[in-house]
Amino acid sequence: MRNKLYAPIILLLVLAFLIGPFIIIIAASLSAGETLSFPPQGLSLRWVIKVFEVESFRASFGISMFLAIGGTLAALILGIPASYALSRYKVPGAETIRTIVSSPIIVPGIIVGLALLRYFVVPFNFGILLALFLAHTALILPYAVRVVSASLNNLRSDIEEAAVLLGCSRTGAFFRVVMPNIRGGILAAFILGFVTSFNQVPVSLFLSGPGVRTLPIDMLSYMEITYDPSVAALSALLAFMSLGIVFLAERFLGFSRYV
Amino acid sequence: MSDSRFLCLEKLTLSYGKNVAVPEMDLDIGKGELVALLGPSGCGKTTTMRAIAGLMEPSSGSIILDGANITRVPANKRPVGLVFQSYALFPHLNVYENVAFGLKLMGIKGKQLDERVVDGLKTVGLSQYATRKPAELSGGQQQRVSLARSMVMEPKVLLLDEPLSNLDARLRLEMRTELQRVQKESGVTMIFVTHDQVEALAMADRIIVMLDGHIEQIGTPEQIYNNPASDFVADFVGFENVFERDGNKIKTLSGDVTVSGDIAPTTKGLAWRPTMVTLGEGPYEGTVRGTSFAGGTREYLLDTPLGQIKAECDASLPAHDFGAALKFDLPVHKAAQLARTGSL
Repeated sequence: MRNKLYAPIILLLVLAFLIGPFIIIIAASLSAGETLSFPPQGLSLRWVIKVFEVESFRASFGISMFLAIGGTLAALILGIPASYALSRYKVPGAETIRTIVSSPIIVPGIIVGLALLRYFVVPFNFGILLALFLAHTALILPYAVRVVSASLNNLRSDIEEAAVLLGCSRTGAFFRVVMPNIRGGILAAFILGFVTSFNQVPVSLFLSGPGVRTLPIDMLSYMEITYDPSVAALSALLAFMSLGIVFLAERFLGFSRYV
Repeated sequence: MSDSRFLCLEKLTLSYGKNVAVPEMDLDIGKGELVALLGPSGCGKTTTMRAIAGLMEPSSGSIILDGANITRVPANKRPVGLVFQSYALFPHLNVYENVAFGLKLMGIKGKQLDERVVDGLKTVGLSQYATRKPAELSGGQQQRVSLARSMVMEPKVLLLDEPLSNLDARLRLEMRTELQRVQKESGVTMIFVTHDQVEALAMADRIIVMLDGHIEQIGTPEQIYNNPASDFVADFVGFENVFERDGNKIKTLSGDVTVSGDIAPTTKGLAWRPTMVTLGEGPYEGTVRGTSFAGGTREYLLDTPLGQIKAECDASLPAHDFGAALKFDLPVHKAAQLARTGSL
């Protein structure tokens, strides 16, 4: 009996904890007042509209989009062949390679960021944008390898031999029968990579520089100067964008199968 | 080139790194033959098949098909088809597209493509399933799609890897007949790999029994079944009581035992099926150590001075109890006379 009472209460608390901040942010962003506050003072869309008028938000959104899409594509271009080799060939030290590839997930971002800045960007004098791009690619790579590997391991390898015996070259077999069957995994990796890159703070914090910032970093510095609800409005918009992407992915791909 | 040497393996050696799986194999297969490569797992039969398909490169020797040396021809350029044990259908394509896959790569399109695919599906009786995905088909249907997919390519040789092993008993019988029919109608040279002697005996025109990378015996099903050449083949086709022979004696657990009867001078061993053992009378005696009822017959396991003897007799005869002493005979005139021993 007791369990029956506790379980729903705990469930409600967990849900409140998870969804609560999101609701607060949405409410705050609809405020008509001058400062970020909850409960909102009045109701208006002025801060949502303001978001689109802030020049630096537009610029940093563009950079974040470029990093998320470009970085994820680069990670997939490297990650798909790597996953294929790891799953199909007896690579010596495959486990070590897998661990190294996953290390950016394990090592805290702030350390990765500092290390990249001190020993990579400064000595080699990379441009800010290039440094950010390379760092994001490296951060997304583990996700790409893991998700693509999972779908490759679910695919029988003898269909490639079957394709070869029906006249395909080895490369042809990869594009004709492997790629179409891991398409779902690749799209899942893309979405995961996109979201990871878009929400990245610690690494980007170290690598951002004058005039080139990602959106989350720009939001942080905006808040240091201006404490108005437009940051809340922007957060809410980004949350809806993420939700929309994941919803579409689940709807058309069964995204949760891959992650 | 004669028809009996349509596919020739000449001193073919196949190895995995330093491990030689098949050393210097010679084999001729005739045009339109239905041949079984029979043997226990690890005997090299699958390796041989993969080499013929081009999926494995031989370390030496050659493969001649229809007069052409195909040893170094890559798998995708060989006129050889392979039906995989797991069927290996392309999961993202439907039945029609699976069958059309190879034809499209050959550059066939339009009406001609459609005709050949439809024809192929009709041959295996799957015309109404053209738009299904492989996952929506039963094992037997997937097998047929796989067969059609290879057959529409009109290969000179069709290889099948354990074609019946993933099917249940009833489907197996049906598929057996089906494979024989397709083979006879198309006249394609067909080689199938199996570890099941019943399957090989029932389907093949000729059986190649393999053991440890070499050929133990080649023969028709009747020859293999009635006149096994070695103790291994004898045991494999059901002669479960095998003895080495020395003059008019057989070597047993308790020393040499003299047998009476005509034995060819070249015979190295004698073997009896359980059904060939005479029970209830004879010069030997054993104790019943096991008995099982097998429908029409009853099987006995006897502990005897000769070693363990397996016997089988009509179930309508009175049963012998566990532990009972039982006289028996091994009649030499019924025994298979083996030309070789020592492979068991």
